[in-house]
Amino acid sequence: MANDSGTNGGPIIEMRGVDKWFGEFHVLRGIDFSVARGEKIVICGPSGSGKSTMVRLINRLESHQRGTIVVDGIELADDVKAIEAIRREVGMVFQQFNLFPHLTVLQNLVLAPTWVRRMPKREAEELAMQLLGRVRIAEQADKYPAQLSGGQQQRVAIARALAMRPKVMLFDEPTSALDPEMIKEVLDVMIELAREGMTMLVVTHEMGFARTVADRVVFMDRGEIVETGKPEEFFSAPTTDRAKLFLSQILGH
Amino acid sequence: MSARPIRWLRSNLFYSVPSSLATLVLLYLAWKLVPPFFDWAFVNAVWYAPNPSTCRKAAGACWAFIAEKHRFILFGTYPYDQQWRPGLGILIFISLYVVSSLRACWRPWLALAWLGGLTLIGMLMWGGAPGLPYVGDERWGGLMLTLILATFGIAAAFPLSILLALGRRSNMPAVRMACVIYIELIRGVPLISLLFMASVMLPLFLPEGLTIDKLLRAQIAMVMFAMAYLAEVVRGGLQAIPNGQYEAAEALGLSYWRKMLLIILPQALRISIPPLVNTFIAFFKDTSLVVIIGLFDLLSAVKVALNEPAWSGYGMEAYLFASLVYFAFCFSMSKYSQRLERDLARGRKHILRED
Repeated sequence: MANDSGTNGGPIIEMRGVDKWFGEFHVLRGIDFSVARGEKIVICGPSGSGKSTMVRLINRLESHQRGTIVVDGIELADDVKAIEAIRREVGMVFQQFNLFPHLTVLQNLVLAPTWVRRMPKREAEELAMQLLGRVRIAEQADKYPAQLSGGQQQRVAIARALAMRPKVMLFDEPTSALDPEMIKEVLDVMIELAREGMTMLVVTHEMGFARTVADRVVFMDRGEIVETGKPEEFFSAPTTDRAKLFLSQILGH
Repeated sequence: MSARPIRWLRSNLFYSVPSSLATLVLLYLAWKLVPPFFDWAFVNAVWYAPNPSTCRKAAGACWAFIAEKHRFILFGTYPYDQQWRPGLGILIFISLYVVSSLRACWRPWLALAWLGGLTLIGMLMWGGAPGLPYVGDERWGGLMLTLILATFGIAAAFPLSILLALGRRSNMPAVRMACVIYIELIRGVPLISLLFMASVMLPLFLPEGLTIDKLLRAQIAMVMFAMAYLAEVVRGGLQAIPNGQYEAAEALGLSYWRKMLLIILPQALRISIPPLVNTFIAFFKDTSLVVIIGLFDLLSAVKVALNEPAWSGYGMEAYLFASLVYFAFCFSMSKYSQRLERDLARGRKHILRED
């Protein structure tokens, strides 16, 4: 991990005894979880298990009610400046892409680096074009999001998050809204990113992807982390009944 | 050769029994109404009359009345020999509108042009400099006053309404509460009562010796009123923006104001163009209500012009003229908003079709 700058050594994300409620509904129960720098983690579980919520706590799109969350040495609380500082370091990719429809692809990528990182415009554009090349979509730079296919939009969304040069990337079901033939082009980009050493948390049911890149698979159910393990162990020999049931359901079809 | 027009008539005007009936009724009405109006307005009209008696003998419209009173209708009681000043002011206003409507001119200098233009108008209207005798704003009137009230009113109310709309959706309960109370209070009273309050009640509450000019009081009341309505229009636009846009902006580390200015408002205001322009048009015409606190805008100037006994009885001509002036401004706004909507949508749909 010597290539990481800043606060070295310790985990980049650490959650201790985290609880979260939506009204009466107890979404997350006593989550203890940490992510080392450079680690790639796949989070899976049935719908309603709290996996998306857990990822969204990390950049404070949701707030927790109990416990502590420390990201890159900064504790998440109500302090707006601290939250913005963490968001600069944590990139996020959404299920519905959420590109800005009134801006071109290039403008989507340039916006945050210039306004948040105060990067000169020319430099931000160079970086953007380089990233668009990496997700193999550079020729679409001047189009608007609505003119692209779902797979292309999601690759642009990945490039947009990378343009902030984040230390961690969160993926919240990045391929769930895609037509089947477009899933691979997005997963290929994510696999490449993993090989380059990015720290990644991916909520997904793409088990092939998990086997290829994950250091750990985290299985969640009813707001708890039920089981954690290396992908080959988790998929071939899950230890809990809930994980066995879940795997039989998603692999069964 | 004549088959085509007949087919057109059939499919558009006589495609069923009710449609044929409606066509016939409308044709009959047009035949009864249009020629007499045409005779009155053009054929028998008096365009020029050295004195009112020429008009009295004529059967048609007395446009000479407008010719006689146009200076009063345009400029109100502004000193006669100084009326080139509001005249120039109207031209400056119209130039500013035209320049602002061209998207190529949407550059930072446009703000400076407005600032310069409005300062110039203020200097012209008040005067006070050598060669420009001072004219108090109680003597301003006519079309110029209408344009001043509408332009300053919209220019002040629109940005404030955005703040109000954002406040109503704020996470801070106190801010949200204050905005809701303001909007509901203002929307719950007629504009006339607000104007009365501004002109009669406000001075009672001000400390002794401090007075706010009547025009300014009316202007403030109108801004307060327009703000509440515009805020609800903007809020409608904000609500139409999916939550994912907010989250994507936040996830990139944008602060609240950047998120709003760069991501949310550009999208929200664009979808709000039709109702926004609708409110602008209503506001433009609502400026005529200032008559009740004794300001002479376009419409009240017309009314006053009719008071002169020698020229009385030409209300039809006078109000038609006033309507035409209002119509010219409102129709341009409406046309422009349609074009703007189309232009802004083109960015995405048009290019898509070319592919």
